[in-house]
Amino acid sequence: MNEMRGIETEEMIINMGPQHPSTHGVLKLVIKTDGEVVSEITPVIGFLHRGLEKIAERLKYQQFMPYTDRLDYLASMNCNFAYAATVEKLAGIQVPERAEYIRVIIAELNRIASHLVFLGTSGLEAGAWTPLLYGFREREKILDLFEMTCGQRLTYNYYRFGGVAQDLPAGFIEKAKEFCDYFEPKLKEYNDLLSYNRIFINRMAHIGVLTPETAIAYGVTGPNLRAGGVKWDIRKNEPYSVYQKFDFDIPVGRGEVGETGDAWDRYMVRIREMGQSLKIVRQALEMIPAGEYCAKVPRMFKPPAGEVYCRFENPRGDLGFYLVSDGSQNPYRLKIRAPSFSNLSVISVLGAGTMISDLIMIVGSLDIILPEIDR
Amino acid sequence: MTSQEIFEQLKRKFGDKILTCEEPAGPVPPCGSGAGNSPALAGLKIEPAALPEVMSFLKDSPEFYFDSLMCLSGVDYPGLPAGEAGHLTVVYHLFSTSHNHKIVLKTTVSKGAHFIPTVSHIWPAADWFEREAYDLLGIKFEGHPNLTRILMPDDWAGHPLRKDYQYPKEYHGVPHS
Repeated sequence: MNEMRGIETEEMIINMGPQHPSTHGVLKLVIKTDGEVVSEITPVIGFLHRGLEKIAERLKYQQFMPYTDRLDYLASMNCNFAYAATVEKLAGIQVPERAEYIRVIIAELNRIASHLVFLGTSGLEAGAWTPLLYGFREREKILDLFEMTCGQRLTYNYYRFGGVAQDLPAGFIEKAKEFCDYFEPKLKEYNDLLSYNRIFINRMAHIGVLTPETAIAYGVTGPNLRAGGVKWDIRKNEPYSVYQKFDFDIPVGRGEVGETGDAWDRYMVRIREMGQSLKIVRQALEMIPAGEYCAKVPRMFKPPAGEVYCRFENPRGDLGFYLVSDGSQNPYRLKIRAPSFSNLSVISVLGAGTMISDLIMIVGSLDIILPEIDR
Repeated sequence: MTSQEIFEQLKRKFGDKILTCEEPAGPVPPCGSGAGNSPALAGLKIEPAALPEVMSFLKDSPEFYFDSLMCLSGVDYPGLPAGEAGHLTVVYHLFSTSHNHKIVLKTTVSKGAHFIPTVSHIWPAADWFEREAYDLLGIKFEGHPNLTRILMPDDWAGHPLRKDYQYPKEYHGVPHS
């Protein structure tokens, strides 16, 4: 021990990223470490900045729709949905009921697909490969349904102002019901495989505890907020589209295996949300009325001058659009409030004082996606 | 509480620092997918200098308790009103999780060396939002702990979301087509 006394130690600064397998895209975290312990985290973002808000000002309203696919590419349908609904609100477009049901079915299926990727990457973070293969196996079936609906598997461009681009194809309802029956037992499989796995719990419980106060102060939304025990879901609290017609619950974190709001709670809320989305899809498939799939919206589309801010429950949290119109064919200003942007900003609080290996689990449990952060 | 009620209460407390209450902009139709989701809101205009005081009050007083800053956006209005050098507007969308009410606040500065006080000490969420507004619109927030670019490269010239933004001819040898 006496020999150790003379050794001087100092803090080290490490760049984690921008090419790091567990940062889910091009994110750089500059971390100050004292041995294994992280004392300070500075996220550096912007590597994927494409200037979407600037692009929006130079395009017509309709032309921006495909760009919303490229916000959160794991939940493109939900981003389409949010943008279409914001413009409809600004222009006062009435959406046919069948279109609303189609939108909800597709958006909820996309939510499941997005959470399945999260399931897979959460396993990877902890060194488990198998859940990824399980998650992608089911996601593939959802992508098949999407391909059948709009021809695309990743960037769909399916929603339109006033409805959707085309009606559900023949046989979609049956295939979707088949998928529901197939998918339901899989949730138990995930729980047996990963959620209640002792090693996984030991890695995920008690780390990165996010309290409701911190979450709200930092603008954290979605499953990350609900994991802290806050029963807040825009689909329920400020229902848009036809969400008020469905019976579903809002899963919240309860600290079953650790503390409320820890990384495991964030994980589990998403697993349970898949079950709730499935419930919505089932009801919507039963209740979907006949009728038009899109309202008639003029090609020379000019919403009246005005402004609107709408927010929507995306798989990763509140996606908000602040849209200012000057009455011309182009948006005057479109501010995109991306959920992951605010969700990531809390990492410097959550990760401080943890081990480097835990930091990777915490970043993973926030389920951020970089294209919508950098825009 | 409606925007109008909040406006009247604020007006009583802060007097002239609260300028006007705009009518809800745009149509207020009960239709579209956005129906039910955040009814069109009026915007309260306030003096930049009064921001910290008014915002702290809105956040901390029990009758308002706006604990959530949903969104902070900058908008460039060149030459509005006509004949002037133009203005930059910052729009704050606030929400109260316990009272379930919302409000929109706007503050305007003329372009040039003027500053808007930061609200990042009131809502930590504003930290990154303000950095973004600085980066893309060149709005300077006084008292911000780290007002640096966040999305654009540190050595970028200009602020892209300004309406008079000139596209660069090249960036480190990469030509702009």
